[in-house]
Amino acid sequence: MSDDLFTLGGTDFGSRLIMGTGGAPSLDVLERSLTASGTELTTVAMRRLDPTVQGSVLSVLEKLSVRVLPNTAGCYTAGEAVLTARLAREALGTDWVKLEVVADERTLLPDPVELLDAAETLVDDGFTVLPYTNDDPVLARKLEDVGCAAVMPLGSPIGSGLGIRNPHNFQLITEQAGVPVILDAGAGTASDAALAMELGCSAVMLASAVTRAQEPELMAAAMRHAVEGGRLAYRAGRIPRRHFAEASSPAAGRAVLDPERPAF
Amino acid sequence: MTEPTALTVSVNGAPVAVAAGTTLDALVATLTDAPTGVAAALNETVVPRGRWTAAALSDGDRVEVLTAVQGG
Repeated sequence: MSDDLFTLGGTDFGSRLIMGTGGAPSLDVLERSLTASGTELTTVAMRRLDPTVQGSVLSVLEKLSVRVLPNTAGCYTAGEAVLTARLAREALGTDWVKLEVVADERTLLPDPVELLDAAETLVDDGFTVLPYTNDDPVLARKLEDVGCAAVMPLGSPIGSGLGIRNPHNFQLITEQAGVPVILDAGAGTASDAALAMELGCSAVMLASAVTRAQEPELMAAAMRHAVEGGRLAYRAGRIPRRHFAEASSPAAGRAVLDPERPAF
Repeated sequence: MTEPTALTVSVNGAPVAVAAGTTLDALVATLTDAPTGVAAALNETVVPRGRWTAAALSDGDRVEVLTAVQGG
């Protein structure tokens, strides 16, 4: 849809689906899934170099002409996240970073204090910061205030597949935000992605829902269509919810029939 | 002619013995020949690739060498 580009950090994208690469059983499955998803922006993690590993996720992204977005997954403090972002900038030649600073391993929920601290430092350092955040309208506003290029609230914990647990908060966030709001984490199936877009998100970010599906390539295609469908529905404007029915056929002009004498 | 003094540095968490005067550039080359996609931190400070040849290692240095993997 060339008339409805997604602008993020001053760059236009045709696709509103940001993919992660974690959890794919092989680089081959990953490549086919990314192709089916139509994504143009995809995350990678930064880890210690292992000389025994063959093949690289970077070569897959390069082959598909997908822009690489490094994340700071696994960081628990602002200091770790800032250093990881700077290493990613050196390694990958991008000043974009998906900023993740989590509080604990069990929930992987963002640590809001460390997150805001890291976001501010990285913005000052010239990064385009895309923070993974709680579905908290106040924190979202503060992240925008320090200069983040988007806010990426979680629908539910990473990898949980529990969808959007608090749609109302998402609506509050999208209504107030002056930067793109991107659902990050929690999508389990296509309807979750569509709902995010209907709630006013500019894009959806997901990984596990596709990479850990029984048929990753099929689910990638499903997510692509769900994001596009949800976006169209948002732009179209849904009908208001009503307590009672409202007939869609006209009441006037009905035939007058004797209910006591049916024809059959 | 004496043997160069051996230093012990930590490379991605493991102790590694290197000759005195070894640079970051030479150390990373023992792990990978990839021309891009790799970054290094020396004692928690990023060292840009262009300065690896000038970064001589000292005993006890902590080196982290990172690359991109599947994630997120």
